[in-house]
Amino acid sequence: MIQKKFENTAKAVADIHDGATLLVGGFGGSGLPSQLIAALVEQGAKNLTVVSNNIGAVSDGVAALISNNQVKKIICSFPVGPHADDLITRLQKGTIELEIAPQGTLAERIRAGGAGIPAFYTPTAAHTELGEGKETRMFNGHLHVLENAIIGDYAFIKGHKADRWGNLVYNKTQRNFNPVMATAARITIAEVDEIVEVGDLDPENIATQSVYVHRLVKLEALREEGVLANG
Amino acid sequence: MVKDELKVGWSKIQLASRIAQDLEDGWFVNLGIGIPTLVADVIPEGREIILHSENGLLGLGPKPAPGEEDMDLVNAGKEPITLKPGGSFFSQSDSFAMIRGGHLDAAVLGAFQVSAYGDLASWKVPNDPLGRVGGAMDLTVGAKRVFLCMQHNTKKGESKIVEECTYPLTAPRCVDRIYTDLAVIDVTDDGLVVQELAPGVTFDYLQERTAAPLKNHTTSDLKAKTL
Repeated sequence: MIQKKFENTAKAVADIHDGATLLVGGFGGSGLPSQLIAALVEQGAKNLTVVSNNIGAVSDGVAALISNNQVKKIICSFPVGPHADDLITRLQKGTIELEIAPQGTLAERIRAGGAGIPAFYTPTAAHTELGEGKETRMFNGHLHVLENAIIGDYAFIKGHKADRWGNLVYNKTQRNFNPVMATAARITIAEVDEIVEVGDLDPENIATQSVYVHRLVKLEALREEGVLANG
Repeated sequence: MVKDELKVGWSKIQLASRIAQDLEDGWFVNLGIGIPTLVADVIPEGREIILHSENGLLGLGPKPAPGEEDMDLVNAGKEPITLKPGGSFFSQSDSFAMIRGGHLDAAVLGAFQVSAYGDLASWKVPNDPLGRVGGAMDLTVGAKRVFLCMQHNTKKGESKIVEECTYPLTAPRCVDRIYTDLAVIDVTDDGLVVQELAPGVTFDYLQERTAAPLKNHTTSDLKAKTL
């Protein structure tokens, strides 16, 4: 019988190794797998490469891993917010590397990683600082830059409900980066509000298929209110 | 706040309303963060304009009533919003396929600088260790029309409209129309063309506050001068 449920977040993240590449879903506080992040802070793996859209919007996001000196490189589109100070000081000290990617390019690099496409051309970022140093090619008279796929060793994602197989449904804009990141990691770990029996989710509503999900953790405590933050 | 000159031009909400007037029935429109967000609250009655939010929804509605906020229903600025009937949710890769695949009729975006040729700088000020690109580079390349929505001058009084951008570019030659608190200006092959002046603004007043040459296509200029 398929059993992906882990007893708690600590056990679900126990094997994450130093130097791992980690994809973290969420857009600000919405859809952020904050309990998995908290467990990884406790677990202590170091030299992580973390891929996540927003850094510093909320204190219980990737900012917590940065503050705990677990991150060597960040790939994101929006490293700005009230909790970005520790990122800035580490950038100034040279102990962390920051790669900014346009949000759509970031999503597509992850999609490509999950879909077995090693790289693709896009006009986004051509003629800009973010396109510098990348291979280019003309298509239809316009300059395009070559972007490489992103594949994670692990992905942390947040869903609303899962079934025992790991099919997932989301709540509103909580979906954001979660479905695409779920496709692009060797081990995808989902924290969810509820785990139901196979057959209880409407097949028309399943947004992440069980093939992409390897571990499930049910949140025991009530979901915390997302933290409202601009930026 | 004491100001030593007469207050002229549009307020932020008037500016948002002015932009909303130009959004056509049936358009799919993305709103950036900042003043563009206000456009969602002032869509003209009876017009069906479907607003896209980059974090993964179509059919964005106005702000919820106090107490009705849902932190899993937010806009690109992570502020609570509402979903209109017919609205839907989707992933980031679907959201940016809509943007990058050319499916949106317009994007309304903020700016640090815009050049006389429609080059846009909106994601990074020089020497900032961070930068905040979000979806701006994708929207400027992918949306059918790029409308800017911004204050005409910085708080220090510098013109945001310049001959050449000195800040890092978001994309070259991408802006179609600039809406500021002082005027509506089109970016054309013949340069920057003023289409409309805000109340109390004359063409000369506008040109004095703009660091690139403007052409005057307004009919309201004469009227404004007599105010």
